[in-house]
Amino acid sequence: MAVSTKNTDVESRLAALGKPGAGVDPADIAEVVESVLNSISGDKSGINVKLHEDIEALAKFIATAKADISSLRACEINSKFIPTASDELSAIVGATEHATNEIFEAVDTIEAASAEMEPEAAAPLADAVTRIYEACSFQDITGQRITKIVKVLQDVEDRVSGLLEAFGEKAPEPKRETREPVEPVPDAVPEAASEEELMNGPQLPGNAMSQEDIDALMASFD
Amino acid sequence: MAGVEMKMPILIVDDYKTMLRIIRNLLKQLGFDNVDEATDGSGALQKLRDKEFKLIISDWNMEPMSGLQLLKEVRADVKLKEMPFIMITAESKSENVIAAKEAGVSNYIVKPFNAATLKGKLSAVLGNF
Repeated sequence: MAVSTKNTDVESRLAALGKPGAGVDPADIAEVVESVLNSISGDKSGINVKLHEDIEALAKFIATAKADISSLRACEINSKFIPTASDELSAIVGATEHATNEIFEAVDTIEAASAEMEPEAAAPLADAVTRIYEACSFQDITGQRITKIVKVLQDVEDRVSGLLEAFGEKAPEPKRETREPVEPVPDAVPEAASEEELMNGPQLPGNAMSQEDIDALMASFD
Repeated sequence: MAGVEMKMPILIVDDYKTMLRIIRNLLKQLGFDNVDEATDGSGALQKLRDKEFKLIISDWNMEPMSGLQLLKEVRADVKLKEMPFIMITAESKSENVIAAKEAGVSNYIVKPFNAATLKGKLSAVLGNF
């Protein structure tokens, strides 16, 4: 009967430690391990000793991990660094959009002036204006790339929060500046999982298909 | 310019205002100046049902309705299913091209693109101009 009562006690303590946000203290784990070992009767050599060593190593590993996370100042990562990085990246998108609009306004002026010129004189200006428009598509591409990075940072933030909560620490609220999205966030709400996999935004040069490759692929359907 | 009506109404769809402006102006440089805009698939569908267009040029990554979803809706609509549909997108993986082709896309342009590429794809879809 005494053994059964002891087991129930250990089980309830394990259950308490296993609850999310329970605040796992290595000392508690060591105490539970001690209780388990004390409850083992008979020969403690061989496999029992191995079990003891494994559990002890596990307890040490958890204690070390907790100390490492504390030294990383995970709370600060979530409350300060990630929000700051996200804000800075959003500001880049805003700045490039502003610059692009300024360029467009200047192009409007050039187009208006060229409309008053002789066709021969206006033609080179029209070509130059076309090249400016082509070059300005950088803003769309950089915006999509930065949006991808912001999403990755938000994912890191969520995972750090989960880690903190697993160790019984309340994840701090991020200290963000006013975070108005500068541009609508593309591909944030995919319709279905299969479509979600198809919405990855711009690829790095090594992974991207060229227009020629795409044309060849399209032609292969004909 | 034979065969292509330069005054044809064209709907361009993109959630980036700068890209809408770039496409609109490149079309204007090519001689197409009857252009309307939408910022996602659902807004585009509404315009397509309110007004007659001859060509759709759409981005892929938009919310709430993506360009692929718009393409599928267009191809499923009795009145719209034959309308030429050009996808202009940064999505450059083969699986994207295949998915768009299987959904019925008329042509596919990867961003960043230039006026010559746009002109080539318009010619392929509409005929030489």
